[in-house]
Amino acid sequence: MAELLRVDGLVKNFELRANTGIRKTKRTVQAVSDVSFTVGRGETLGIVGESGSGKTTVGRCVMGLLEPTSGSIVFDGHDLTKLSFEEMRVLRRRLQIVFQDPFASLDPKMTVGSSIAEPLVVQEVAGDHNERVAEMLNLVGLAPDHAKRFPHEFSGGQRQRVGIARALALDPDLIVLDEPVSALDVSIQAGVVNLFADLQERLGMSYIFIAHDLSVVRHIAHNVAVMYLGRIVEIGKKEDIYANPRHPYTKALLSAVPLPNPTVERTRKRIMLEGDVPSPVDPPSGCRFRTRCWKATEKCAQETPQLTATGGGQSVACHFPE
Amino acid sequence: MSVLSIKNLEVTFPTPLGDLKAVRGIDLDVEASELMGVVGESGSGKSVTFLAAMGLLPSKARVSGSVTIDGQELIGASSKVIRSVRGKSMSMIFQDPLSALNPVHRVGDQIVEMIQAHSSATDAEAWKRAVELLDIVGIPQPEERASQYPHEFSGGMRQRVVIAMAIANDPKVLIADEPTTALDVTVQAQILEVIQRIQDRFRTAVVLITHDLGVIARVAHRVNVLYAGRNVERATVDELFAHPTHPYTQGLLASLPHEGQRRLTPITGFPPNMLAPPPGCGFAPRCSFVTEECQSALPGMKPFGSSETACTRVDAVSVELSRRGGHG
Repeated sequence: MAELLRVDGLVKNFELRANTGIRKTKRTVQAVSDVSFTVGRGETLGIVGESGSGKTTVGRCVMGLLEPTSGSIVFDGHDLTKLSFEEMRVLRRRLQIVFQDPFASLDPKMTVGSSIAEPLVVQEVAGDHNERVAEMLNLVGLAPDHAKRFPHEFSGGQRQRVGIARALALDPDLIVLDEPVSALDVSIQAGVVNLFADLQERLGMSYIFIAHDLSVVRHIAHNVAVMYLGRIVEIGKKEDIYANPRHPYTKALLSAVPLPNPTVERTRKRIMLEGDVPSPVDPPSGCRFRTRCWKATEKCAQETPQLTATGGGQSVACHFPE
Repeated sequence: MSVLSIKNLEVTFPTPLGDLKAVRGIDLDVEASELMGVVGESGSGKSVTFLAAMGLLPSKARVSGSVTIDGQELIGASSKVIRSVRGKSMSMIFQDPLSALNPVHRVGDQIVEMIQAHSSATDAEAWKRAVELLDIVGIPQPEERASQYPHEFSGGMRQRVVIAMAIANDPKVLIADEPTTALDVTVQAQILEVIQRIQDRFRTAVVLITHDLGVIARVAHRVNVLYAGRNVERATVDELFAHPTHPYTQGLLASLPHEGQRRLTPITGFPPNMLAPPPGCGFAPRCSFVTEECQSALPGMKPFGSSETACTRVDAVSVELSRRGGHG
């Protein structure tokens, strides 16, 4: 599949400044460390990880909403980290994002029609915006006359559809979906997930699907990257990652997800990880997962494992892959 | 024998737009030392039901029906009676452990307060018990940790502290309302294990309220499914997943992603507006088995096989289900 996006060695640090009144301190959180991946045209990359894994930060860097500390993000031949503000503004019409919370991401004082038309206004798109809005509403399974209504008149699932319509208005090539269904009820989620699949089939755009729900990612993604404390620990084809996880963290994560089948739940072997994810302010040396890993040795504390291709098709950053 | 019994519970919230009927006649029995799952989506009334049982609803809420714990009626009881029950025979934990803890008190002191509210234990005895409780819920170095403040704990550890507080007085029933929803999945697995261990070790009856069917499948013995403020199905966990009898339960199970499936199967439409719920079955507007009767008469729970269901068309529904060969 032709490559649309190539992220190479992405690093994003955040400075934490604290003023205790006695002295000022400055600490650095490395939210994303040396992350590399590619997304092909018409393809979906799922990024999974727990809180603090850096998955949302990756999505925001790709969108140009955060400036990377280092590394490159090449979108269809343009390095986004080197573009001027104006060049980025023009290019951004091809990059869109859908946020998690359909209640917070729409302006309550704007009709959904004007919300959907706003990207067209910002990008100074010629033509009848109302017609485009009606077309978009149709596309996401809402009625054209919904354009005159306000967000509060819609349910959560419908609002998320409005957010998707807004992201689609400029006919983007890549949409970052940041936990797009986790705020929705299960029975509503399924419809929105289907919508993503249908839209991709019809319009051929690529998705970066960021989620903590591994079963939804399994359903929608072609490739999956598993992140832990700012690093990708395993990346590859969905089939390989789910059927044959090689990184101990991926294995533990998959085994922690409760499956909706009591018989399976009673018999399956679970890997119980101890403790919580450590603070990204002071991550463990070497492999960041080593403090919770049952295979960790001295080597893991000293050497940072690099993502290495395995025989199985995926790449894994572990000294002792499964 | 049931320790907690909820009968024909109704909860109405007056709003500027009219009365919001959040709970419309729910019946629930919690047996001693069982782990009962309560499933429902937002607006199903699952949280409100147990907040009402705990006497935690705002005073403007109108509550009727009956909630008894060990034979003691709680609806309409004096606040003195409710205070003597709450945190003693019945306690509740919530989704967000941080908001359940006081940030300016040591966690040990907060557990001590809970113990002393219901007993005449001395400070030293209560502190000793608090440390023991922290150990029970799997907090390492409990003596040191008891002297720390909530901000020094991670999310998972805070939820353990809250659980320690909830079981401090050896309650008959522990109500856990979405206890793992705010936690990461690896931490969720730990907390579910703590809850299971407590249920097993102290024979505490646990009510686990969740929207996550995976969590239900992992830990529940029996399940109550709620929809639009009503019971729709009650079954053992195996029966519920193998032979769901209510179209809503079936729809819920079918909407989950299954391996190798190309398209997901959502439930069409959305839940009813509880300001003006439909006169008949709350699920009727979204149901593919709907008849005229469903739309006019409010169905009650009836036995079907080893389950109970509130679907009057259950025969047709189960025929359809076996024709499809499961819920996938």
